Amino acid sequence: MQGLELKLKERLQKLLDDGTVDCVIGWTKGEFIYDVTPAIFTKESGLDGFVYNSFCGANLSKYLVSQITSDKKFAVILKPCDTYSMNQLITEHRVNRENIYIIGVGCSGHIDIDKVKAQGVSGITNVIDNDNNIIINSIYGDSKIEKASVLLSKCQSCKGSELKISDEIIGEGIKTPTCDERFDGVKKLEAMTAEERFAFWKSELSKCIRCNACRNICPACTCRTCVFDNARSNVAAKANATEFEEKMFHIIRAFHVAGRCTDCGECSRVCPQSIPLHLLNRKFIKDINEFYGDYQAGEESNQRNPLVNFTESDIEATVISDKEGK
Amino acid sequence: MLKIGVFVCWCGSNIAATVDVKQVVEAVKLQQGVVFATDYQYMCSEAGQLIMRNAIEEYKLDGVVICSCSPRMHEATFRKNAERAGLNPFMVEIANIREHCSWIHKDVEEGTIKAIALANAAIAKVKLNAPLISGESGVTKRALVIGGGIAGIQTALDIAEAGFQVDIVEKSPTIGGNMAKLDKTFPTLDCSACILTPKMVDAAANPNIELLTYSEVEKVSGFVGNFKATIRKKARYINTDLCTGCGDCMSKCPSKKGKNEFNCGLNNRPAIYIPFAQAIPNVAVIDPVQCIKITKDKCGLCQTVCSAKAIDYKQQDEIIEREYGAIVAATGYKPIKLDKFDEYGYSQSKDVITSLELERLMNAAGPTGGKLVKPSDGSHPHTITFIQCVGSRDISGRGKCYCSKICCMYTAKHAMLIRDKYPDVNVNVFYIDVRTPGKNYDEFYRRAVEEYNVNYIKGQVGKVYESDGHLVLQASDLLNNEQILVNSDMVVLATAIEADESAKKVASMLTASIDTNNFLTEAHAKLRPVESPTAGIFLSGVCQGPKDIPETVSQASACAAKVIGLLSKAKLVTNPCVAHSDELLCNGCSNCANVCPYGAIGYETKLINDHGIRENRRVAVVNPALCQGCGACTVACPSGAMDLFGFSNSQIMAEVEAICKK
Repeated sequence: MQGLELKLKERLQKLLDDGTVDCVIGWTKGEFIYDVTPAIFTKESGLDGFVYNSFCGANLSKYLVSQITSDKKFAVILKPCDTYSMNQLITEHRVNRENIYIIGVGCSGHIDIDKVKAQGVSGITNVIDNDNNIIINSIYGDSKIEKASVLLSKCQSCKGSELKISDEIIGEGIKTPTCDERFDGVKKLEAMTAEERFAFWKSELSKCIRCNACRNICPACTCRTCVFDNARSNVAAKANATEFEEKMFHIIRAFHVAGRCTDCGECSRVCPQSIPLHLLNRKFIKDINEFYGDYQAGEESNQRNPLVNFTESDIEATVISDKEGK
Repeated sequence: MLKIGVFVCWCGSNIAATVDVKQVVEAVKLQQGVVFATDYQYMCSEAGQLIMRNAIEEYKLDGVVICSCSPRMHEATFRKNAERAGLNPFMVEIANIREHCSWIHKDVEEGTIKAIALANAAIAKVKLNAPLISGESGVTKRALVIGGGIAGIQTALDIAEAGFQVDIVEKSPTIGGNMAKLDKTFPTLDCSACILTPKMVDAAANPNIELLTYSEVEKVSGFVGNFKATIRKKARYINTDLCTGCGDCMSKCPSKKGKNEFNCGLNNRPAIYIPFAQAIPNVAVIDPVQCIKITKDKCGLCQTVCSAKAIDYKQQDEIIEREYGAIVAATGYKPIKLDKFDEYGYSQSKDVITSLELERLMNAAGPTGGKLVKPSDGSHPHTITFIQCVGSRDISGRGKCYCSKICCMYTAKHAMLIRDKYPDVNVNVFYIDVRTPGKNYDEFYRRAVEEYNVNYIKGQVGKVYESDGHLVLQASDLLNNEQILVNSDMVVLATAIEADESAKKVASMLTASIDTNNFLTEAHAKLRPVESPTAGIFLSGVCQGPKDIPETVSQASACAAKVIGLLSKAKLVTNPCVAHSDELLCNGCSNCANVCPYGAIGYETKLINDHGIRENRRVAVVNPALCQGCGACTVACPSGAMDLFGFSNSQIMAEVEAICKK
C-alpha cells in the first residue's frame, strides 16, 4: 500500500506539471493514519499532505458533481467499486466527463478503523497492509490482525477488481474475499413477518438524527435541490404528523435512487448511528433483478436502468427509445 | 377564498341506487370553500347543465366539482358548460362516483362513504386548479394509411373521395392483403376478386391516392395534425415506371424455387415475379435472396428478355420523408403458426391444410386452377373434415384466448361450396359452438346444414393421424356422448387469426396502445371505436380486433370519416394540460426524456440565474405541442422539477391527503 501511495503521488505530480489536469481529488492525511479526509489539491497547493492508504475507503466520484460547471480539469482516484458511481453520474449528465481524468487504482479492500479498535487495539501509529494479515504498530507494540475481520462492510460484498471506467490504471487489485452473499441481509428481512419487519425498521430508523450524511455522500443523490429541502415539495419543512413520518426520509430516498443506486455502500459507511441503510437499497436492487433480469447500475455509462427503459418486447410497447427527445 | 360549487349526479339509478346522494351533498357542504352543493337526476342533461350555469353565475363560483360518471364520458361536456357560464373550463373537476364507486359497490353505506371521499379529493384538487388556456396548431391536409388490405384501401378511398390526399404504405409488393387470396365471400358467395380488384384499381387510379407498395414506415414523430413519417421504399430491382407487367421475365427466370406467398406456399414462383395477375401495381419485383444475379452475380436473363429495360439490379432502398395530419393503422392479420398444435398433423400430412390454403386450392386463379384435389397426390378427395377453433378460444396457452370470429362463417361457406361443386364429397365439421350472428348469417349456416347436408359434429378433435392412405380423426361427439373415429381424405383447420407481426412495431412508432394480443386499443371500446388513445391515430380493420369483410369495410369507412373530420379543421385546439420543467430544480439527468412516450422532452444548455448564481446548465425543455400530458415524466423526475398543468404534484398530493383524511 505504501508503494501505491508513492506511485500515485509521482504520477499525479506529473499530471499537474504537464497541465493534463488542474486539480486532483484525493485524500489528505489527518492527525492519525486512519483519519484521512477527501481533499482537492491544486497546482498551487501541490500534493503536500496527499495520502493513499488502507483507510481511503470513501467514494470520491460525487465530489465531481459540484465541479460540473467548472472549466478546470480534475484527476480523480477511483477504486473499482467507485467506477460504477462514475458511470452512473456520466449517464445522468451530472459530471462533465471531458474534464475528468480517471486514475483507477487496484484495490484489495479497505479497513474500518472501528472494527480494528473493537479488537482492543489502541494507540495506533501505523498500519502495514500488504497481506491477508495486517500489522498494526501502536505505542503499546505491534499486533497482527486478520484483514478480512476488519474490512469495511461494503468491502465484504465486493463487486470485483475490475475498473469499469478509467483513463489509466495504477496498481493491481484483487477481489476482496466476500464473507457473505450480497442479498443475505435482504433475504433475512424478507423472511420476517410484516410486523417484525416494521418493528425492525422502526427500531433502526428511530436512531436517525437526520444529519443528512447518507444523502450528502450518496453519488445517486445529486439533485440541485433535494425534495427534502424544497418547501414546495410537501415533504420538507413540516412538522411530523406521526412518529414514523420522520423515517419516510429514508424510504423516499430509497425510492428516488431505485434503479440508479450502484450499491456502493457509502450510506451505511458514513451513518454515525450505524443504521444499515444499504439494506433498503439492496431490497430494491433485488426486486429489480427479479422483475426485469439482473441489472447492475453503473456497469457502463449511458445504459438505461430498467425503470426508465422501454423495449419492443414489453407487454405494451408503446414507449420505445427511438424518439426525438433524448 | 375560492368559492366552490359541487353538483352530485344521480345518473338515474346508476349512482343513486348505491350512493346516498343527499348525504354526499350534506357532507361536501362542510368542506371549506364549498358555497353551493346540490344533486340532480341527470347532471349532463340540459336541465342539469342549466343548474350548474345558474349556480356559477349566482354564487360567482371559482371552481366546480361534478360528482358523476368517468371524466372520459362527460368531462368535455361540463367543461364546455362552464365556459358558457364564463368560467375557465379547466376550473372543473370530476369526481368519478359511478365507475369508481356506485358500479362496483353493493352496500349503500360503503358506497356513500367512498363517494364522499372521492368528492372531497376533487374539492381539494380544484382548489389548486389554475385557469388554463388552450393553444392552437395547424393541420397538414394529408393522411397516411399503413396497410393496403381491404381496410386500408377502403379508408384511403373514402378520404380521397372527400378531397384529401392519402398515401397507402404497404409492406408487400402489391395492395390487396388477405382478401385478395380469398375465393368466395360470405354470406352472398360472390367472388372475392370481383369485388376487391375494382377497389384496388380505383385506389391506383385516384389522383388523391399515392400507393407506396413494398414500403415500410420506419419512424414517426410529431403530433396530431403534424406528423412526420420516414418511409423506406424497399428496392424492387425494377424501374416501376418502365415495367409493363408483361411477365416475360417470370417465364425465363431459372431460379424457380421461391415459395409463392400469394398461394400460401402451395406452389413455387420464380425469383422475379408479379405476386398475382391482378396485382396493383402490376409490376414485377425481384426476391434478392433468391435471385442468382444479385446473390452470385451470374445469370441476368431477365434483364436480357425485358424489352422495357425495366430491370435494375443495382437499385437501392429509397427513404421518403412526408408530413401528415392523420395516420391510420390498417395492419391486418395473419393466421397463427400451428407448430404448437401437433395433434392435428399439419406438419406431418400434406392433406391437412389451413382454411386459407383451402381458399387458394378452390380459387380459379390458384395453384390447381380451382380444382379441389388432395395436395399429397392430386387425387379427388371423397371426405373432407373441417376442424373449427384451431387455436381460437384456447385456454391452454398455445393459441389465442379470443374467438377469431370469422371461422364459423367461412367454414360453413367452404362446406357449402364443396358440397355444391362436388356433391359426392362428404363434409364433416367439428365445432365447439357455431356462432353466426349477423345479417343473413345464421340463415347461411342453416343452408349448409339443411340444404347441403353438411355433417356438423359438436366436439373437439384430439388427434389426426395417417392410416392406410387416409387420415383418421380421433374425436369426441359431445351430443351423442361417445368417442369416435372419423376417416377423411383431407382435414381443413380453421386456424385462429392474430394481429400481423408488424402491429407491435407500428403501435410503438405511433405510440398507440396495444392489448396483450397485439391488437390496437380503441380510445373507448364503445364510444370511440376507430380512434386510438393517441390523438390523430386511427384504427381500421382487423388490427383492432377480429372482423369479417363487411365489418372491416364499415369500420374502415367510419375511420375515414374521423380522419376527414380532423383534416377538415383549419386549426386544432391543443391540450393545455402539458408538462413543464422548473429550470431551477432540473438536474438535467434525462430520466424524464427516457420515459417520455412522445419524444416531447429535449435538453438545452441554458444560462440559468439561480438566486444570483449564473451558470450554464443542462435543463429539460418540454415541447408543449408534442406533450400529451401523460405525466410519466413527473414521476420519473427525482427532484420534482417536472410538473403537469392541471395535474400538478401538489394537486395529486392534496387529493391523496383528502382521501386519507378521516
